[in-house]
Amino acid sequence: MTIDYDDVVLEIEGLCLSYYIRAGEVPAVVDFDLKLHRGESIGLVGESGCGKSTVANGIMRYMGANGAITGGSIKFNGRDMAEMSEEEVRQLRGNEIAMIYQEPMAALNPSLTIATQMIEVAVYHDDATEEEARARSLQVLADVHIPDPERLLASYPHQISGGQQQRVVIAMALLSNPSLLLLDEPTTALDVTVEAGIVELIGELSEKYGTSLLYISHNLGLMLEVCDRIAVMYSGDVVEEGHIDSIFSWPKHPYTHGLFGCIPLPHADKNARPLVAIKGQLPLPYERPDGCNFGPRCDFYEEGSCDKMQAMEEVHTDEDDAHRVRCHRWNGIDHTAAIPKGPSHAAATIGETVLEVDNMQKYYEIRDNSLKAVIAGDNVRYVKANEQISFKAGKGETVAIVGESGCGKSTFAKVLMGLETATGGAVRLNGDDIGGRHVQSRTPKLLSSLQMVFQNPNDTLNPSVSVGNQIARVVKRFGVESEPAQIREHVLKLLDTVKLPRDFYNRMPRQLSGGQKQRIGIARAFAGKPATVIADEPISALDVSVAAAVTELLMDIQREYETTLLFISHDLAAVRYLSDRVVVMYLGGIMERGTTNEVFAPPYHPYTEALLSAVPIADPQVEKRRILLEGNLPSPLDPPKGCPFSTRCPRRIGAICDDEIPPVQFASDRHAIACHIPMEELREVEPVIKLHEEHIPPEVLGGDQPTPVGGDD
Amino acid sequence: MSELVETAAPLVAPPSGLMRAFKSIGLLRESWVGMVGAAMVLFWVLVALLAPLIAPYDPLANYQSFVKPGGVDAKGNYFLMGTDQIGRDILSRVIYGTQRVLIYAPLATMSAYVVGIIMGLLAAYRGGWWDTILTRVADIILSFPPLVLYIVIITQVGQSAFVIVAAIVLASGPGIFRIVRGLVLDIKTREYVAAAETRGESNFYIMFVEILPNARGPLIVDFCIRLGFVTITIGILAFLGLGLPPPDPDWGKMVNEGRALALAFPHMTLFPCIAISSFVLGLNLLADGLREVALRD
Repeated sequence: MTIDYDDVVLEIEGLCLSYYIRAGEVPAVVDFDLKLHRGESIGLVGESGCGKSTVANGIMRYMGANGAITGGSIKFNGRDMAEMSEEEVRQLRGNEIAMIYQEPMAALNPSLTIATQMIEVAVYHDDATEEEARARSLQVLADVHIPDPERLLASYPHQISGGQQQRVVIAMALLSNPSLLLLDEPTTALDVTVEAGIVELIGELSEKYGTSLLYISHNLGLMLEVCDRIAVMYSGDVVEEGHIDSIFSWPKHPYTHGLFGCIPLPHADKNARPLVAIKGQLPLPYERPDGCNFGPRCDFYEEGSCDKMQAMEEVHTDEDDAHRVRCHRWNGIDHTAAIPKGPSHAAATIGETVLEVDNMQKYYEIRDNSLKAVIAGDNVRYVKANEQISFKAGKGETVAIVGESGCGKSTFAKVLMGLETATGGAVRLNGDDIGGRHVQSRTPKLLSSLQMVFQNPNDTLNPSVSVGNQIARVVKRFGVESEPAQIREHVLKLLDTVKLPRDFYNRMPRQLSGGQKQRIGIARAFAGKPATVIADEPISALDVSVAAAVTELLMDIQREYETTLLFISHDLAAVRYLSDRVVVMYLGGIMERGTTNEVFAPPYHPYTEALLSAVPIADPQVEKRRILLEGNLPSPLDPPKGCPFSTRCPRRIGAICDDEIPPVQFASDRHAIACHIPMEELREVEPVIKLHEEHIPPEVLGGDQPTPVGGDD
Repeated sequence: MSELVETAAPLVAPPSGLMRAFKSIGLLRESWVGMVGAAMVLFWVLVALLAPLIAPYDPLANYQSFVKPGGVDAKGNYFLMGTDQIGRDILSRVIYGTQRVLIYAPLATMSAYVVGIIMGLLAAYRGGWWDTILTRVADIILSFPPLVLYIVIITQVGQSAFVIVAAIVLASGPGIFRIVRGLVLDIKTREYVAAAETRGESNFYIMFVEILPNARGPLIVDFCIRLGFVTITIGILAFLGLGLPPPDPDWGKMVNEGRALALAFPHMTLFPCIAISSFVLGLNLLADGLREVALRD
């Protein structure tokens, strides 16, 4: 369905939303405007804390006990929602406006079957009889591509996978055929290959049902795949809004520009074109500056004009191509001249092998003590978390371990750290086999040479101990320094290294932002001058601009200390950006390994190919081949007999895939692929990602754009 | 790259540990329920400390029996709460009784906490056999009705302050153990615990530095409530005649002594009962307030 520009579904004008907390009123959203046409999908993008979800809740008139709509109007299908009674709004929710949240498991009641929950929706909103409701549920479930709807209706939420749960939630939202669907980070909790399926589905459904979408996400790449228009939010209001192509090709607001500079797009490179983080951090709602909220963080801040309130200005006005920006100087900034460029570095030289993993294997034993199992003699089963893991990492090298959840990458990290011991093979660090040594039997020297940066910034620091003391403990334990004064001095130096002010020494972790906590985590890991650092998804919980800063910091320290970095991630964009070599894991085994360039170009393992296709890329210049994976990850308790990927492989060649473990084929001396398909055939596969010819990154395109109207400075 | 420094939100000078403790107590002002509770508890603490100064008579001295509250005996002595059957001043006995409650109830609760916390940390953090055995032991103790447990222990071992405290530790330790175990099972999966393990910290350090301080919130609330329970328990034991040995005044014993005559002279039981309930109520309100404040941020 095409967009009907005469039919406005949702019109928001000057919306102000506030929360009331102990400290007083917190204006979460200030003067928010939005117009959504029938069949249109608008993306609302911004970092956490900028008010995206509050807008969605405000539209639902669901602000909670301490929230309130303090100004402006929301018109839904021409009717002002403020004039509706509570009962009318309730009828509207679910019937006309449906919302899909991030966590599908939390949206479904775990103690009721899917059938009960779906039928209830239809019966309540449409006065349908139970048979009608059931028939309609089956039909909608088929629409969201659930393979066996009848069986699914009889299941409980925990019996189906996360991707299927989210499909069910979407199906429930579609049951009463709403005219507006609010999606609040609907795929953030899902794996990339599952996410790709859901994104495809959402696009398809809005075509089919003619539903208007308001898609909230922090992921610009996803926006490009789903939305027609996009609104960039910063600190409670929209700073730039326009057609998706217009914004991605000619972003006008310095903040939007900054965001693109933070994303590891295919043309970014850690040595020649490093990421540029936006300086500073998001102001708290009650500490917003005068005038432009982005002012203090903006490279183009100009006293006298940027410290006054600024209305949205039209960049160009065509109805289907409107592009508005809230910046005083948008027309005066020459983004071409001022490409903010991080310092470039010489490529690191990779030294002798530091870490060697040789056929490492980790099985978890599961004992079934039932009488039946004991008599049958199969009371011990194994979860094959890691199988035949082999690779090498040199001094100063970054090796990425990529895979979706459940692929065994975290188990591998635990074995390296000694929190678990390997059940087979060897892990050699500087020649010593450490795979079988538990952390308690490791020498302090070994412990200090192998440290870890953790994933969750809120979990990585002990909340009861001050930041300085936490780092000092490491310095002391690893014997770097022993005198209290010297320990303190060393900790302060480490704070300098991670670019935090020295007075953070006495801060408690809760006084720090997520990015700052992660910096402390990095300082702690590097305190003992480790030879190898394992970073387990260190940036996945951070906002893009913070993630960029932390990534750069990690790279800088690594260069300085010549550390071997094992970067565990599911984020292929980040992996491509910062790693020298890549190991792709699936279901406990290595599918493909090689240098980054080798892995990201044909020949691919079919799984790598699917992964690459699933990653959203925030660049309209990139053309992607779509590959959607069917089915779910098999249980590691009962993996396929042959190739682990055979159950979902789009390039399966026959029974051999199911029955025989695939041979490891070498495309070059360090590029290995475990697949039955002959190497010649794999080499002929077309690349998944194609950059347009003469590809130029968007910020270079500054001057080449339609003539702007309005704005004369 | 130096411009990449994330500027921190402006903050007041780094507070020391003590300052922080005071600040969190200051937060209690936000909850009027908590303030009322704190005031009631503080009242009894002051009464206990100032007992020799504020008690009008010697709690053990005998005056005229059965003086009604507000009555005067033959010698002209005024008794605000009256006297009991052997002529002791009830007000003074209630005041001195506070000292007993405020020594033994916190002592017993603290001891139970020490035992419960150590058991809980060991069971949850070490797991395996530690967990199996400690959990079974706790289950066995919890399967006895607590009163039966007290009666058996005190009648068999002997009626002394030490035995009473030990019995309370035995009876309430398993409850604390379960709470601690549950909290630790959650906290031990945190990344900072893994970080401590990967730098080779001892089990002792991890349990008492990395884990225990972060479980303090729920434990402080539980401590207040449990202190109230223990106060009542000590009262009940005294009421049953299993309490602390005479002759010192004791709220529970006063209720017991006045029980037979309660119909004719209700004041003999009424005032110690009010004392017990107001102290326990104060503790419970304080716990509610702490919980409320803790949940708010």
